[in-house]
Amino acid sequence: MSLLLVHANFSESARQANLEEKAMLVKTLKLTDLCLFTEARYTRHLSQADLNTAFQDHPMSLEHFPSGSFTQPPERMSERP
Amino acid sequence: MRNWIEKQRYIIDFTISSLLRRKVKNFGLLALYTLIVFILASTMFFTYSIKKEASLILKGAPEIVVQKIVAGRHDLFPVSYIDAIKSIRGVASVESRLWGYYYDSLVSANYTLLTPPSTANAADTAKASTKTTVVESESDDPQSANNSKPLFELNGAVLEPGTLIIGNGIARLRNIGKGDYMPFRAFDGNVMNFKIAGTLSSQSELVSSDLMLITGEDFRKLFGIDNNYVTDVTVVVNNPSEIATVASKIKKRLPQARPIIRDEILRTYDSIFNWRGGMMIVIFSAAVLAFVIFAWDKASGLSAGERREIGILKAVGWETSDVIQMKFWEGAMISLTAFLTGVILAYTHVFFTGSIVFEPALKGWSSLYPNFELTPFVNLEQLTTLFFLTVVPYTVATIVPIWRAATIDPDSAMRFTGE
Repeated sequence: MSLLLVHANFSESARQANLEEKAMLVKTLKLTDLCLFTEARYTRHLSQADLNTAFQDHPMSLEHFPSGSFTQPPERMSERP
Repeated sequence: MRNWIEKQRYIIDFTISSLLRRKVKNFGLLALYTLIVFILASTMFFTYSIKKEASLILKGAPEIVVQKIVAGRHDLFPVSYIDAIKSIRGVASVESRLWGYYYDSLVSANYTLLTPPSTANAADTAKASTKTTVVESESDDPQSANNSKPLFELNGAVLEPGTLIIGNGIARLRNIGKGDYMPFRAFDGNVMNFKIAGTLSSQSELVSSDLMLITGEDFRKLFGIDNNYVTDVTVVVNNPSEIATVASKIKKRLPQARPIIRDEILRTYDSIFNWRGGMMIVIFSAAVLAFVIFAWDKASGLSAGERREIGILKAVGWETSDVIQMKFWEGAMISLTAFLTGVILAYTHVFFTGSIVFEPALKGWSSLYPNFELTPFVNLEQLTTLFFLTVVPYTVATIVPIWRAATIDPDSAMRFTGE
């Protein structure tokens, strides 16, 4: 178990440069999202999805992409103005 | 003290041989227990690491992104709105972004086409990084978009009109690379051929797997977007504490605009893979259900064989405390072995095999999925939480039946026949 923690610690330091490279790419290209789910536009850019995403096809439409089950609606959706 | 240690050693020796006498049952128990720990630990490691990585990577995301919404959907952002945003007090600069999606029917994949941002911002970045250098790129002024020439350089790949810099995921999916050509069907039906000027590094796939960098001029030709429109704009605010105020001022001044602040972007990724989410709750409830069955099996008492064994031990002189110690070591051995094996397997699974078990669910219907290695953000707090989630419930569930069995009269325990 200790070895696991030591390995995690070393890997974290070793991958720092890689993390910085990604952060720099985000800053340079002004990216807003991770490329995790490319199946639909609103799952590709989760933070930029429009407010009616769940109902894009018809009213009362249910989410039909598997990645939709990993994500929550943005907090602002549940906040009352 | 020495005597106590010796006694514990004998009890442990006896416990191991006792466990080995019921190999099938105990190995089955161990396998199931390990599987539960593995699933919980894999989920915990994966979600924590991806959230942590997202927060570190996306801290450089734009402070405010402003979109235009028409009838609940994104619409192209008029360049004329930019001046209205610039006039808001506290706004340092406004930059336009040109980006969109292209569906490649050949491989059924969606690409994200993006025009690298303007020179001003890029110059700052170039100072900060030796790896990424921006030579020149499109400006906010729509007229100058036509003059975009020599444009952008990334790790030696120069982006010019007629060329693309593609993400590693696209290169892998299409089996193409630098110097190859890629045809696109433009908005008017014409085919546009682009030369691949370079590939984004495979290390950055988590943010760039499906990216295609294209010049502003080519982007407009491909999608038929007028020079008076952009996709959205990013706003830099003088004082970071005023970001929310500036966002609300933008909303007031341009009612059709929808400002998204960086904090919201970060919160989106903080809530991703939340335990309340669909698939996550399925995993958690399966693990909890398995634990309930486990606990029920233990709490409902020991088997007849185990009771008889305890009876014999007491008859040959073992005390109640010795029996409890033996059962404690038995529980500790099973739960600690399951915990350690489960955690180590989960660590290997998430950080060495790219979460191969979760992959089919994560990929979903997308044919373009990034190959990324997560940074192992694992700490003692996570392991302690996992320990209390798995080992403690098992131990608690076994206390009562052990106590009941240990206090049993040896005569009645030995009279009990049948397994």
